[in-house]
Amino acid sequence: MRAIFWKEMADHFGRRRFVLLFGLVVMGTLWGVLVDTEQLVRQGDGFFFLDLFTSRIGIPISLLTFISLFGPVIGIALGFDSINSERTQGTLARVLAQPVYRDAVFNGKFLAGLLTLTIVVWSMGISVVGLGMFRLGMAPAGEEVIRLIGFGLVTIAYLAFWLAMAMTASVLLRNTVTSALISIGLWIGLSFFVTIAASVLADQLVPEVTTSEQALRHFNILTWASRLSPGALFTEAVSILLDPIGGRVLTLISVAPERLQGLLATPVSAGQSLQLVWPHIVALVAMVGGLLAVSYTKFMREEIRA
Amino acid sequence: MSPELLVETHALVKEYGDFVAVDGVDLLLSEGEVYGFLGPNGSGKSTTILMMLGLTEPTEGTVRVCGHDPTRNPIAVKRQVGYLPENLGFYGDLTGRENLRYTAELNNIDRAEANSRITDLLAMVELSDAANQPVAQYSRGMRQRLGLADVLLKRPRLVILDDPTLGLDPTGIEWLLGMIEELSSQRNIAVFLSSHQLHEVQRVCHRVGIMSHGRIVLEGTVSELTAQTAGAGFSIVLEVRADARSGTGVRDALAAIEGVSRCEQTGSRINIESDRDVRAAAAAVVIGGGGELVELRSQNRTLEDIYLRYFQQD
Repeated sequence: MRAIFWKEMADHFGRRRFVLLFGLVVMGTLWGVLVDTEQLVRQGDGFFFLDLFTSRIGIPISLLTFISLFGPVIGIALGFDSINSERTQGTLARVLAQPVYRDAVFNGKFLAGLLTLTIVVWSMGISVVGLGMFRLGMAPAGEEVIRLIGFGLVTIAYLAFWLAMAMTASVLLRNTVTSALISIGLWIGLSFFVTIAASVLADQLVPEVTTSEQALRHFNILTWASRLSPGALFTEAVSILLDPIGGRVLTLISVAPERLQGLLATPVSAGQSLQLVWPHIVALVAMVGGLLAVSYTKFMREEIRA
Repeated sequence: MSPELLVETHALVKEYGDFVAVDGVDLLLSEGEVYGFLGPNGSGKSTTILMMLGLTEPTEGTVRVCGHDPTRNPIAVKRQVGYLPENLGFYGDLTGRENLRYTAELNNIDRAEANSRITDLLAMVELSDAANQPVAQYSRGMRQRLGLADVLLKRPRLVILDDPTLGLDPTGIEWLLGMIEELSSQRNIAVFLSSHQLHEVQRVCHRVGIMSHGRIVLEGTVSELTAQTAGAGFSIVLEVRADARSGTGVRDALAAIEGVSRCEQTGSRINIESDRDVRAAAAAVVIGGGGELVELRSQNRTLEDIYLRYFQQD
């Protein structure tokens, strides 16, 4: 498996694909630079390094939104042609005629993709924090470092989902174009339509929201339905991690900011926040596991014709 | 000591839904032997090969390759068997040498050993000059030669070549057949050669099996098969220049040759059937009688004819 892993790593970093990866890292880093740090410090809540990722001061969308939008693209780009292009090229039959297990081929490719994603995400995050230190003139507090590491882990789990999904598409579909289109379709579907469908569902089931009981029911249906989308899981988990004050309320995505104004501005500890996002990480990893299971069942017993 | 059996299949069947691709194939292949696996496209040759390598599972029957079951223990089989697929592919952006190095890594051959083997093999397949070019720039023939190097890298006991002559020019085919002979005679590597072009491969094969509709319809050495299908008799045709023909004199003289059982003349053509090869005697009779011999040919049924007969059944 090691040979396959390193071959794939070389592929990810050696070819044109690397330009895309590198471009995204640079863009992300610049994004972090564009945040107006002076304003940030003036109206900040004390967690400046976390604010670098979530703040929208001076830029149209936060770096966080940027990652949740473009992260899947990297995942898909690394995975959509991993198996089927080898099949079309005729190299799959040749590789599988060597003494290697089939799952080694699949695992090697998946792990190489995962490590590539990790390198991209972490190098971007570290660049943003590093430039932030330079511009803010201070170092991140221990609390912030823990939260940022948690954020990195959640991001990897999120991107791993898209990588696994694209690789599953590449096992199931023979044509690389079809698998790219299906992957992008699922990305759009899971990221946007699930959220829309969730609110439609909540509105249908609880048409009238007058009592607080109804409001709670409406809200519960909405949250649970949107959690089917990995994007929603990611946003929710990251909101908790990167916003220690507002994040106590799980509803940062659905509650208007002015309604949170009455809350006491006492932050939750990093440990508590990590405890809160643990189910989200598990859910994302389970989704990845499910996708891998689908790929294995198909790929392991399949006929490999040149 | 009798040579070890490398391939043993028994009543091998592969069905795809209602379609039976392979219908009870029994094959035996021993060490160092070259076996020609012949048959038209779609007769089940490739499917049989895939089952021998564990790349697809048999519906029924058993396969043993190098003493292992390829479905249950594919790794043990693949360690000893080299397979050149029908449409072999390489990573186009890697050089020939890099492609081979990857194969070596997949086979767990250590780096120094791999490098020396690769250099030797590239020289053997005459690709030393192109070794550092990306494979995307290789011609079809060069790819096929690189494929052969790729297959031999693991030092296999058995090499399975699926239609290796496909798309090669005559010199390429000649070269490849020469290599196959050398592998078998000098390195004692058994070769399982699948092809649909009989006349190209028959001269290097110790034995051939002809597949048709998923079954082996004929099997044996080339001469056995010829004898089996042609019967014991010989049959020749002579064409004698018209003005040199002296009535029935030539015909009678030919009929008198020892061993000739039948002699018929139609115009300038004379058909002779005999129990032995009488070509030299017949030629001597015609020329000795002052006639002009325009053509003399043997009409014995070649393996090609037999083969074509199965082809035409389709």
